[in-house]
Amino acid sequence: MATPKLALYWAASCGGCEVAVLDIESKILDVAAFFDIVFWPCATDFKYKDVEVMADKSITLCLFNGAIRNSENEKIAKLLRAKSVILVAFGSCAYEGCIPALANLTTKEEIFKTVYLETPSTYNPEKIFPQPVTKVKEGEVEIPVFYEKVKSLDQVVDVDYYIPGCPPQSNQVAAVIDVVVDILKNGKPLLPKGTILGAGEKTCCDECPRIRREKKIKQFHRPHEIMVNPDECLLDQGILCMGPATRSGCGALCVKANVPCRGCYGAPPNVHDQGLKMLSALSSIIDAQDPEEIDKIINTIVDPTGTFYRFSLAHSTLKAADL
Amino acid sequence: MSFEPKIVAFFCNWCTYTGADLAGVSRLKSPANIRVIRTMCSGRVDPSFVIKAFELGADGVLIGGCHPGDCHYTEGNYKALRRVHLLKKMLQSFGIDEKRLRLEWISASEGDVYQRVAIEFTEQIRTLGPLNWKQKLEQRDKVTQEMIA
Amino acid sequence: MSTKHISIDPITRLEGHGKIDIFLNDAGEVENCYFMIPELRGFEKFCVGRPVEEMPRITTRLCGVCPEAHHMASAKACDAVYHVEPPSAGRKLRELLYNVFFAGDHALHFYALGGPDFVLGPEASPTERNILGVVAKVGVEIGMKFIQHRAHQSAIMELLGGKKIHQVTSLPGGVSKGLTEEERKGVESRVLEMVEFAKFTIKLFEDVVLKNKAYVDLILSDTYSLKVYSMGLVDEKNRVNFYDGKVRVVDCNGKEFIKYSPNEYLENVAEHVEPWSYLKFPFLKKIGWKGFVEGNESSIYRATPLSRLNAADGMATPLAQAEYERMYKTLGGKPVHATLATHWARIIELLYAAERSLELVRDPEITSPNIRIIPKEKPTEGVGIVEAPRGTLTHHYVTDERGILQKVNLIVGTTNNNAPIAMSVKKAAMGLIKKGIQVTDGVLNKIEMAFRAYDPCFGCATHTLPGQMPLVVTIRNKNGDILQEIRR
Ligand code: SF4
Ligand code: SF4
Ligand code: SF4
Ligand code: FES
Repeated sequence: MATPKLALYWAASCGGCEVAVLDIESKILDVAAFFDIVFWPCATDFKYKDVEVMADKSITLCLFNGAIRNSENEKIAKLLRAKSVILVAFGSCAYEGCIPALANLTTKEEIFKTVYLETPSTYNPEKIFPQPVTKVKEGEVEIPVFYEKVKSLDQVVDVDYYIPGCPPQSNQVAAVIDVVVDILKNGKPLLPKGTILGAGEKTCCDECPRIRREKKIKQFHRPHEIMVNPDECLLDQGILCMGPATRSGCGALCVKANVPCRGCYGAPPNVHDQGLKMLSALSSIIDAQDPEEIDKIINTIVDPTGTFYRFSLAHSTLKAADL
Repeated sequence: MSFEPKIVAFFCNWCTYTGADLAGVSRLKSPANIRVIRTMCSGRVDPSFVIKAFELGADGVLIGGCHPGDCHYTEGNYKALRRVHLLKKMLQSFGIDEKRLRLEWISASEGDVYQRVAIEFTEQIRTLGPLNWKQKLEQRDKVTQEMIA
Repeated sequence: MSTKHISIDPITRLEGHGKIDIFLNDAGEVENCYFMIPELRGFEKFCVGRPVEEMPRITTRLCGVCPEAHHMASAKACDAVYHVEPPSAGRKLRELLYNVFFAGDHALHFYALGGPDFVLGPEASPTERNILGVVAKVGVEIGMKFIQHRAHQSAIMELLGGKKIHQVTSLPGGVSKGLTEEERKGVESRVLEMVEFAKFTIKLFEDVVLKNKAYVDLILSDTYSLKVYSMGLVDEKNRVNFYDGKVRVVDCNGKEFIKYSPNEYLENVAEHVEPWSYLKFPFLKKIGWKGFVEGNESSIYRATPLSRLNAADGMATPLAQAEYERMYKTLGGKPVHATLATHWARIIELLYAAERSLELVRDPEITSPNIRIIPKEKPTEGVGIVEAPRGTLTHHYVTDERGILQKVNLIVGTTNNNAPIAMSVKKAAMGLIKKGIQVTDGVLNKIEMAFRAYDPCFGCATHTLPGQMPLVVTIRNKNGDILQEIRR
């Protein structure tokens, strides 16, 4: 077997996914031993041009983190797709847009206006906005084009597998590496396209140590508004917890730290739209039959869209607001 | 060209579906804009059906169920009621007028109520204009792509 | 015009996370330098409408390298919005988490990014000038110690913050999770090792750098000096503090220029916009934007480990204080403008962070269950400021009476240094690129060293994860033909 080639890349990423890869600690040495790392801008020395000259499909495995926020991100996504046999959307940003995709509830114009004009520390009397191309007295300088909305990786190229999480937990990353190495080493067949790797087949609630009784709720509370019982389900206590609409895999970390899940592992198995799944789950536990009372209870959910789609807006059915 | 609203309706088999049928049989004229999908209960209308309808080109979505207390599965219509309230709130943050979604209780014998609701809702959507969800988002993408080129 | 155009893309042209364009004039000298950030997220806009208590869990996604900094600045802004002070134990738990993080992060920079230049020398081959090279030179056991140090940090972050990356435990009014005595003991033994590692790092710096006159000269050379204002957070005794206090700014002579509370930041700092970068350029508002120039007349300031030491009167822990005094004595008194001295300042801060963590974990109150109070007042507006490893970090929120965000403003650590980085790079380029001189890899690295001293983490805007920072320099003639290309 020829040495498999590995590439890692960050598009519109916070860097946390890269740290999560480094955090697999000694396993990183196995990775370095098994693969020939041909492209990893954060840690090694290969350039964009080195990738351009590679033959198509010459990279065995490409782990791609970060969302598609600008023209540069999309360009490189296309390049890496062409060069890779297996392209993996690594982490919530690449998989489903993650928190940066909350920007899809507003517009590019509004973002520019806020950032470059309206924020109180901004001093911009000439109303200058960043431009893709600027003529300066010495010549021209360029920056990429900022997109209207954030896209997930699979909205610009074909994706083979997904690894959810913001960031994916290191033990899960290590487990995925074992699986992939096993497949490549022993010539096993590839997993079906679209498989979610490094996560469970249940919901976050299934991993949660708290006792859930599916109580009916008369009023929702925000996490800072009450002291929570350490053993009872947060949702039963009226704290909006995304557990029922979130895939298992993290080990219910947030809930164990006494704060509700916000859904970073994405939609559970067989659910396309995480936000609508949550909406549905809540509809079953709101304790009212009268329209007015229903509204009263619903109004205690302060930011339904921004909470149900905290991590998955780019991947939602509607994808972005139309404003 | 005049705009003809496309309305997707999810009607409970036990009540509204029959009510709409009755309107037809009784020659109560109602708009042809409404395309009906029969469900076993309004409580079976998953929020994803509604959103998918909008995404695929519906300008309005109408859900019909049994009157309070009459649901064959006791709680189904209340569940529908709560979902619709939450959905309406969510639609607004996507820039979709909540009036594009409507829930009505119409029994099997209320052909006339069906007729009134169908006419009202169609006119309402006509006033709101086309939604064209997919095309609008694609249009925005195209503008950016032209900028790059 | 026969300007030549050099593009330096630090790991980045390939992914668009920051680049430097250098223009040469006819004489082959540096005419101008543009330091460009091609990334923007728009948190200031899309956080509007979100409940304010979610911000400590949302703004972490500005940067996965220093999510702790955003988590803390945000939590403090939330406290201010709700007019609450966390109970003493809650506050101490936050400060403990934060100092452990600082100790881990500063070590990461020193060993993986900045250190290799000194340990191996600026002229070393790029293939060795990285953490592996450092390990090869100073011994494997040091590499293991470093990995252990990082593992301690990770473990403590997960314990106190809920997650290793993107912490979740801070809420308005305190923290959601306390520390049991059992857990405290575990943290203490880890922190003890971190203190030892910090001491060892100081010793290593002394042996490798300070005992080598060539390095000390390099640090003090004019090419790497930048005379601008210095900013840093200080406690009531004007000592360095990362978690709390007032922001103090001293001028190029070390004289206090301003000292302000978080809620006064708008009177003191403003941000300038250029069309060729998505990242704004902060400046001292009382002076006004004067362009990219040095001196007391200019409004440019730095917010780095070095500037924090310049802006303070000392360190609050004994070992760090001794080292602080030694640094100024060695480098000729306060303030120090030598950009490369930032590395020294960074490990002094590393020592402080470790010592402070030990004080906190041994504080009898740290295991108190009284860690959070429920805010009762109406939420309004609040500013939270902490020192991030890469500079003063400001979060400013305005909410409606339900605590839903109406306005958000963020001035991120590295952003403060946007102008100084551009200027330091230009100065180094001017000093090193001369007519007729081949731009070698060594020259290139020396330019890059001016940049690297800031430990610029544009995870908040772009990203420079510690590790080797490859570069491509392309020199073109006026027709755009490539005359020379150096890559590594
Ligand atoms: S998924 Fe999370 S950790 Fe990964 S890049 Fe996105 S924001 Fe960062
Ligand atoms: S809703 Fe949240 S707290 Fe309740 S069981 Fe599920 S994950 Fe646990
Ligand atoms: S509990 Fe939820 S939000 Fe927290 S890490 Fe797990 S999936 Fe992500
Ligand atoms: S059966 Fe008609 S609404 Fe439930």
